[in-house]
Amino acid sequence: MAILVDAHTKVLVQGFTGKEGTFHAQQMLEYGTKVVGGVTPGKGGQLHLGLPVFNTMREAVEATQADASIIFVPAPGAADAILEAADAGIRLVVAITDGVPVRDMLRVKHTLQSDYPHVRLIGPNCPGVITPGQCKIGIMPGFIHRPGTIGLVSRSGTLTYEAVHQISQVGLGQSTCVGIGGDPIVGSKHIDIVQLLMEDPGTEAIVLIGEIGGTDEEIAGEWIRNHGTKPVVAFIAGQTAPPGRRMGHAGAIIAGGKGGARDKMDFLAKCGVQVVESPAEIGRTVARVLGKAA
Amino acid sequence: MKLHEYQAKDLLKQQGIPVAEGHVITSPDQAIAAARAIDPTGKGPWVLKAQIHAGGRGKAGGVKLAKSIDEVQTLASQMLGMKLITPQTGPQGKIVHKLYITGDAFYPGPAPIREFYISLTLDRAMGRDVLIASAEGGVEIEEVAATRPDAILKLHINPLMGLMPYQARQVAYKLGLSGEAFKNAVDFLVKLYKAYDSLDASLLEINPMLKTSDDKIIALDAKLEIEDNALPIRHKSLEDWRDIQEEDPLETEAREANLSYVKLDGNVGCMVNGAGLAMATMDIIKLAGGWPANFLDVGGGANVERIAKAFQILLKDPGVKVILINIFGGIVQCDRVAHGILQAYQLIGHIPAPMVVRLQGTNADVAAQILRDSGLPLIPAVELWEAAQKVQEALQRVNA
Repeated sequence: MAILVDAHTKVLVQGFTGKEGTFHAQQMLEYGTKVVGGVTPGKGGQLHLGLPVFNTMREAVEATQADASIIFVPAPGAADAILEAADAGIRLVVAITDGVPVRDMLRVKHTLQSDYPHVRLIGPNCPGVITPGQCKIGIMPGFIHRPGTIGLVSRSGTLTYEAVHQISQVGLGQSTCVGIGGDPIVGSKHIDIVQLLMEDPGTEAIVLIGEIGGTDEEIAGEWIRNHGTKPVVAFIAGQTAPPGRRMGHAGAIIAGGKGGARDKMDFLAKCGVQVVESPAEIGRTVARVLGKAA
Repeated sequence: MKLHEYQAKDLLKQQGIPVAEGHVITSPDQAIAAARAIDPTGKGPWVLKAQIHAGGRGKAGGVKLAKSIDEVQTLASQMLGMKLITPQTGPQGKIVHKLYITGDAFYPGPAPIREFYISLTLDRAMGRDVLIASAEGGVEIEEVAATRPDAILKLHINPLMGLMPYQARQVAYKLGLSGEAFKNAVDFLVKLYKAYDSLDASLLEINPMLKTSDDKIIALDAKLEIEDNALPIRHKSLEDWRDIQEEDPLETEAREANLSYVKLDGNVGCMVNGAGLAMATMDIIKLAGGWPANFLDVGGGANVERIAKAFQILLKDPGVKVILINIFGGIVQCDRVAHGILQAYQLIGHIPAPMVVRLQGTNADVAAQILRDSGLPLIPAVELWEAAQKVQEALQRVNA
């Protein structure tokens, strides 16, 4: 079992024929993901990587019955691409694109909630979603993952790979890993993914990776305190980050005295979450809470 | 990107928002000319305001009233070049390079003068913009929030509708306005939101919004930040308004090379791919006993040139005693990083700081071989904690 994606998920690539779209479509195909085609306006009718290219998402969905899409469209067109996918009937939209204006996402998120409430958006500015051995919709290196029972949710890309690597090293594997993205407004937040993982019979424990900025980790923590049924291990990046400075991610900033790592760690600990101080201890801590000491 | 008060007021004025206008000056002579232009009678008074990217200027001595042309000159020469330390600048303070000189908006008249606080920003948890208003203007909003939370009004804004007139009226009533001032405030607030929206602002703060003695509503001060993602897409011309005097020179150099870099005050320079892992690397440096000298994300599209550039920046920071490279190769393949390290060596000739290199992920084996074959004095590490400990050992050797 897993969340969001499995071996049957059919994926379209938006921004298919571009450099990033081409490279990662190839990588996803090699991993075994059912990539069924893609969209590049003006290139409909061509074949790319042996798969059909469509002009619009509507045509692409009609022809392929795809239920998921991954977006590599550059930032100025990303909001448009997300809504095109939603309007075409896509169930899961994964937006990899970095640098999408926050006000675009504000309007996109509002529109998804009002007009397309059944659509789940992951990202933007995220590495994507992977259910190891079944389906990878993203840009993560597939080979570090192994099938297992640990669910993972994170705002980061490479820090997620680090955690996955550690989990694999202690002999465990992952049910589904979701990189939700580092922007201030993202389609799915920690709490949304934590809820799905709690309900997933294939997930035994959850790793929550957060960072400075905002209150999404605390909101997830509050929910875990009241509804959690599985162990949760958390790491919060940015314990040494100064206030008022953006640490790479648009959302990673301590503003108005809020969003510091220590506050988040203390809050999560109070919610019954196993908070690790060191990013090197994620894997071992997961093993310990499951009684599978490494 | 943060803008100065004078830049923010320029943009607001273009959108029809009344502001307390002035002139930017960089010398006492310019100050005198500006003062005469503002008040040809030469009577004044005038207000001189330090243009730095930090709030809390007033209390720190960055805002002064001049009652004569002589005083304008004296104050301008005192303030230009002064170091201003406010709660928002940090202990190192900021040097004042520019002043903004305005007329006095607190002129006497029939109606009482009042100061209000207004700001627009994103409420991340709600996924909506929020307008914050308080009848206690001119002081830090955090102070009001702590002592009198009920004095603050917060209104969330539908992103598709914008700030509605009824919401603006609600604010104006809450602020206790009536008559002409009420109408002016509603107009001011609706326009203010339009400016915030069309400029892709991440923060627009008017503190104070002033009700003058003749019932005008004007922005006496303005703090404006443009959201970084929107800047290159929709406001390219504003890039020229960036004041690099407000930045650390290394940060300017990094930005121009498209590297995400924040200078800190520690002894371990780090180069990492990905913002989350970069923060985690800083954290583990501290846990092992050191302190990070910077945040540096070489990014997903890191190539040899970018990595070499990153090296040059790290080496220009005199605080850096040891370097830690931590790359988890997904998009960026480790062998490319290894080549970057070699090329940086060739470019610089000699890297004086001990360097711990941890390359993990795609092509990590190839990368390790490249580094081993290079014969360079690198300290290899495989795991994260191992890397942090090796950094600490190197620090101790450097300090011994």
